Amino acid sequence: MTTNALRRSGSKGQAGDKIFSGAALGAGILILVTLLAVAVFLLIQALPTFTADPTLVSGGEGFFSYIYPIVIGTVIAAAIALLIATPVGIAVALFISHYAPRRLAAGLGYVIDLLAAIPSVIYGAWGYLVLAPALVPSFQWLAENLGFIPLFEGPASQTGKTILTAGIVLAVMVLPIITSLSREIFLQTPKLHEEAALALGATRWEMITMSVLPFARPGIISAVMLGLGRALGETMAVALVLSTGSLIPSLIKSGNQTIAAEIALNFPEAFGLRLSELIAAGLVLFVITLVVNLIARAIIARHKEFSGAN
Amino acid sequence: MSKRIDVKDLNVYYTNFLAVEDVSIEIEAKSVTAFIGPSGCGKSTFLRTLNRMHEVIPGGRVEGEVLLDGDNLYESGVDPVTVRSQIGMVFQRPNPFPTMSIKDNVLAGVKLNNKKISRSDADALVEKSLRGANLWNEVKDRLDKPGSGLSGGQQQRLCIARTIAVKPQVILMDEPCSALDPISTLAIEDLINELKNEFTVVIVTHNMQQAARVSDKTAFFNIAGTGKPGKLIEYADTTTIFSNPGVKATEDYVSGRFG
Ligand SMILES: Nc1ncnc2c1ncn2[C@@H]1O[C@H](COP(=O)(O)OP(=O)(O)O)[C@@H](O)[C@H]1O
Ligand SMILES: [Mg+2]
Repeated sequence: MTTNALRRSGSKGQAGDKIFSGAALGAGILILVTLLAVAVFLLIQALPTFTADPTLVSGGEGFFSYIYPIVIGTVIAAAIALLIATPVGIAVALFISHYAPRRLAAGLGYVIDLLAAIPSVIYGAWGYLVLAPALVPSFQWLAENLGFIPLFEGPASQTGKTILTAGIVLAVMVLPIITSLSREIFLQTPKLHEEAALALGATRWEMITMSVLPFARPGIISAVMLGLGRALGETMAVALVLSTGSLIPSLIKSGNQTIAAEIALNFPEAFGLRLSELIAAGLVLFVITLVVNLIARAIIARHKEFSGAN
Repeated sequence: MSKRIDVKDLNVYYTNFLAVEDVSIEIEAKSVTAFIGPSGCGKSTFLRTLNRMHEVIPGGRVEGEVLLDGDNLYESGVDPVTVRSQIGMVFQRPNPFPTMSIKDNVLAGVKLNNKKISRSDADALVEKSLRGANLWNEVKDRLDKPGSGLSGGQQQRLCIARTIAVKPQVILMDEPCSALDPISTLAIEDLINELKNEFTVVIVTHNMQQAARVSDKTAFFNIAGTGKPGKLIEYADTTTIFSNPGVKATEDYVSGRFG
């Protein structure tokens, strides 16, 4: 019998490795299976909508005519939210990580994290009761002075319950996500690279543009994507704040609708084909989120060579 | 294009901890000065006060004067950004900007403060700086590739190129070879010998042979015990420090009897 002293069997370390890799694999598979199950459920339930007589679908002109205005509404609301929340979130995160005195930074970071814990119905109520009325004068001003741009065409809403208001409420909701993730990433910038910039005679802002932002780029994209996920899927706040209607270009008139709010508002009374329609709308939202994430991954991957990971 | 440094009665603190006490030293223009001493004696700390990098660390402060050709770096109204553009620094671990190409790394400091530079001037400066850092021949075909793809020694020379591109008066180096293999180390030592024709060079090293090989003058720092401040024990011509030191502690250290 040959024995090799280097061979060992059943030692503790190996068992630990096996358990851990097994658990990791299991968790990974579980996630994929769940995702697949959701997709299959959506597909099966949505199927009747696609095969049904177009005249029976809401609006009477088939699923596409029904869905595309609310897809656009969803995208507009999410775009407004990100357009506002991304620069503000990055600026606040930079302030906390690189400008504020330490004690102020800690307090501010804590407050931002708290914002993320507020339930969305509260944001919705705030948007409905406070923000919407407060925005009415600004909407009127926009209609009077920039009304020639289709986006600000009048007459402005008298209640302020418009897609722009909804977008702003969504911006406030995604702001904590973008801010706290960005802050974490900014704080992880290697001291080495910050000092490299400073030692060349960079000002603090130049140091941030040379060292911090390039390092944080993939992380910022991920943070924005997480924010986008919340903005796309948010139901309650939009349902409360937006006075819905058909698709219109003006952001300051009532009108437009988002997928998530459409589903939430109509789901309780829906049955039969209408239910299937709403689930199909959910499927569309699922696909939009998936596509957005794929695009984000592609953007991150494209810059891999210069990411410093090599 | 190089200036002398005179340090007068400098105390260096981390918040309330006195890390380096009462250092006075005169560093000639166009010379190489080495700082040696056991680890923890404050060589890096002191070096970083010479271009106001020490205050980047929270709680970092100094008392005393550092004069660059007579101008006090620490006088109120002096902008540390200006100081650092005149007194460059090379760090222990090579730190090229990972998201920038080799070329952009060299130009990083030059493009600061919104300075505009024409394309041809930029190309000429990149070549001159990389030649100055003995790196040109190795990278001239891949200037647009990321700097982080180079070997450690090449990265360190890239950092030197980036530093000399801004035409500083003084170059500070904190153990620039400690993360490098012997061949890369020799390449950098050769380079230091050339740099002194144009710049004032101050180098921290834990390697005494290296100090003996590259420097004109050597400063020996020591520490009485943990928690005690580091002090400048002896400062003299390198040959004197290594062959005929005036202080017993220096002799013990350079002969390898402690530290
Ligand atoms: N960031 C810091 N905060 C507080 N103390 C520090 C810091 N860096 C270094 N020190 C202390 O300052 C002293 C000198 O350290 P250093 O300058 O790194 O020594 P050397 O470079 O000679 O090895 C040591 O006691 C060290 O613990
Ligand atoms: Mg050191």
